[in-house]
Amino acid sequence: MHIMEGFLPVEHAIGWSVASAPFVAWGIVSIKKRIAANPEQRILLGVAAAFSFVLSALKLPSVTGSCSHPTGTGLGALLFGPAAMAPIGAVVLLFQALLLAHGGLTTLGANIFSMAIVGPFVAYGVFRLARSLGASLAVGVFLAASLADLLTYVTTSVQLSMAFPDPVGGFMASFVKFAGIFAVTQIPLAISEGLLTVLIFNALARFNPAELRAMKLIDRAEVQA
Amino acid sequence: MSSTQKPTQKRAQNILLILGVIVLALLPLWIVERPAAGPDGEVAIFGGADDQAKNLIGEINPEYQPWFESLIEPASGEIASMLFALQAAIGAGFIGYYIGVGRTREKMRREMEELREELRAAAEQNGKQDQ
Repeated sequence: MHIMEGFLPVEHAIGWSVASAPFVAWGIVSIKKRIAANPEQRILLGVAAAFSFVLSALKLPSVTGSCSHPTGTGLGALLFGPAAMAPIGAVVLLFQALLLAHGGLTTLGANIFSMAIVGPFVAYGVFRLARSLGASLAVGVFLAASLADLLTYVTTSVQLSMAFPDPVGGFMASFVKFAGIFAVTQIPLAISEGLLTVLIFNALARFNPAELRAMKLIDRAEVQA
Repeated sequence: MSSTQKPTQKRAQNILLILGVIVLALLPLWIVERPAAGPDGEVAIFGGADDQAKNLIGEINPEYQPWFESLIEPASGEIASMLFALQAAIGAGFIGYYIGVGRTREKMRREMEELREELRAAAEQNGKQDQ
């Protein structure tokens, strides 16, 4: 999902940066508020960031014969709310843009929007919906993390199609092509991300049930497991 | 994750989750057919999706010129993979630390409870003897 440095026209680069900035600011405020109220959650915030660091570094092969990586943003969105992942994702993307030439400064806004805004909000919404429909914690977490991952790559495809509409078929023709690269490749990886997020949730629910209960993610009955 | 699950069931679920990820990562290596070698004799397979998107931009709009370059490029593929490994290692180390601390705390809490239980039993015993 990393749009490479210089590969978005100037007006798109600026537009996505302007669109992402308020979310990053909102996220910083919401993290500060949360940590001020619950200082003991600071390390857990680090875990959410670390999870995104690990997963976005894992380039996995996919059935399309190309490689891509998960995003790891679902976990943090469920633990700290969707806005909190915007600044955290921004840090991950900035690290990769500056040191790895992976993504870029001019495309940072667009990449933050897909990975650190759309993904987390999808995760949060899907989780709430699944839980209200009576899904178990594991199923809710799996769906939230997988769909966040997949929708991140769909967003990248939309961004590139807006910047590079097909001369004949326009936006839709481009979208089919970009989504063919990104979204289809991502399907098995999104499933992997869902499985890994359930795995770390299991560990947190087992060893740190107090924190998860404080976040109202699990109720008392579910931590007895 | 219902309240009726026992720790052994949870462990089985975790093992299945890990197996699922491994299978999903290995399966493509088996089922994707190797394409014919390109003009340079290299077989292009399992390249990055990001690179493919870059090439697609070139196809859709051959006139497009990137207007900004990365400030620092990793000097080689090896160095890039070292940095990616470093990124993953730092993250995994932190997660391992947190879970390790939680696990030890849980264990000590349980031992403390057992100890308290023993002390209470001993105190009751003493009380009976005194009467």
